[in-house]
Amino acid sequence: MIRCKGIEKSFSGKKVLSGIDMDINDGQIFGLLGPSGAGKTTLIKIITGQLGYDGGSAVIMDKEAKDLTREDNRNIGIMMDNFGVYDRFSCTDNLKVFADIYGTPYGKISESLELVGLKDAVKKSASDLSKGMRARLQLARVFMHSPEILFLDEPTSGLDPRSSKAIHRIILDKKKEGRTIFLTTHNMEEAHELCDTVALLNEGRIVDIGAPDELCRKYDHKKTISVHLNTGEDIEFPCGEESGRKIGELIGSGKVETIHSSEPNLETVFLELTGKKLEEE
Amino acid sequence: MKNIITIIKKQFRDTVKNKPVLIQFLMFPVMTLIFENAIDVDMPELFFVKMFSCMYVGMAPLVASASIISEEKEKNTLRVLMMAGVRPFEYLIGIAAYIWILCMAGSAVMATSLPSEDIPFFMTMMGAGSIISIFIGACIGIFAKNQMVSTSLMMPVMMILSFSPMLAMFNDKIEKVARFVFTQQLKVTVDGMSFENAGRFGACVLFANAAVALVLFFMAFRKKGLE
Repeated sequence: MIRCKGIEKSFSGKKVLSGIDMDINDGQIFGLLGPSGAGKTTLIKIITGQLGYDGGSAVIMDKEAKDLTREDNRNIGIMMDNFGVYDRFSCTDNLKVFADIYGTPYGKISESLELVGLKDAVKKSASDLSKGMRARLQLARVFMHSPEILFLDEPTSGLDPRSSKAIHRIILDKKKEGRTIFLTTHNMEEAHELCDTVALLNEGRIVDIGAPDELCRKYDHKKTISVHLNTGEDIEFPCGEESGRKIGELIGSGKVETIHSSEPNLETVFLELTGKKLEEE
Repeated sequence: MKNIITIIKKQFRDTVKNKPVLIQFLMFPVMTLIFENAIDVDMPELFFVKMFSCMYVGMAPLVASASIISEEKEKNTLRVLMMAGVRPFEYLIGIAAYIWILCMAGSAVMATSLPSEDIPFFMTMMGAGSIISIFIGACIGIFAKNQMVSTSLMMPVMMILSFSPMLAMFNDKIEKVARFVFTQQLKVTVDGMSFENAGRFGACVLFANAAVALVLFFMAFRKKGLE
């Protein structure tokens, strides 16, 4: 569905993307993780044909991104962090504009608003919506014409946990419907929860790519199991047969309160690979 | 064509809600009706229609096009439209058509005070003047990054276009400069309700102003696009 090979992009002589390679299959949620300024939005703009590139190839729906036509764009839904809504319009009127452009029946508007949980706000002016509701309105706009590929640039950026959860649920529902979703985020928990594959982007380069669990296991250098006992004692066992037997005995004796393996999370993996944190403090 | 109609529909939906732009379209037609009917002193015939119509052409289309375009740029809704497949020329034609239609509606209200035989000429002149003004406003909208910059650029242009015909009536020196501005030639033409008053010079000024507005518009569009 999306294939990038050696994408290069510079702005005023400064390289912002270098040798980007990745394959995204149909029906997958692909997460691009990186701190602010890593080149995530630039890559989305290149793949969606909004921005040219200096080298390499970006193929989407079997077509070079720069050759995408207006008809191709109808199969792509984009929600960018900085995209706006018509403040003076109600939610319904906001979507009417795009229903007219896409030739979507107006009946789909209430369906889309219901899908994102804005059923009760259909007549509410966009200027009166909270940040989370505005994000959901943008999602409704993206979903309304049922595109095959969804590009969601930091869809939960700055939202409260409840709104973020609501958006996660919608994204997972869309995956179930078979949509391909390209997601950028600097929230590693979000990436772990939603994505089938994640690419870690730093200073315009992909430093590693793979399934979130695989990546975490790959960088598990300690390979230990930590056990917290009800006596307050913490014991760390190296992975192995002997440790397994001992942990089994402890569990049997009813002393174990918690048990954890030592694989890192994506944040720690990113830190190890780049020396940087994903999320800004 | 479908996208142009969509943009026009979108703008009509916004008309009542966008108060600053709505006021621009209503102010002079309403003032014309009030002044023409309420003021009963020794004034030249149809003084307020002729004066306010030129001010209207210099103000309403210019302010509307500059503020609509710059607002969409500032709020990033223009980018969403482009991503949805609306082409820049479709957007600009849609906005221009909407503004022109409203200007013509306003002009029609002003024309109610005129003798019926003068109405076609008056409407033609208002239509032509509005187009020039829309192009100048669009240049500003395209050039400005946001609404604040747009207002700063728009104000002096608007003052020159809309007030120079009035000031030219009271000061010969101003008239010598104002005669090169299309709204002044519009005033001269509308005063006599024929091209005779303006003569060849007036026609040249109108066409030159239109050509300059068009060239500036294409230069601004080529340089800045709609991003």
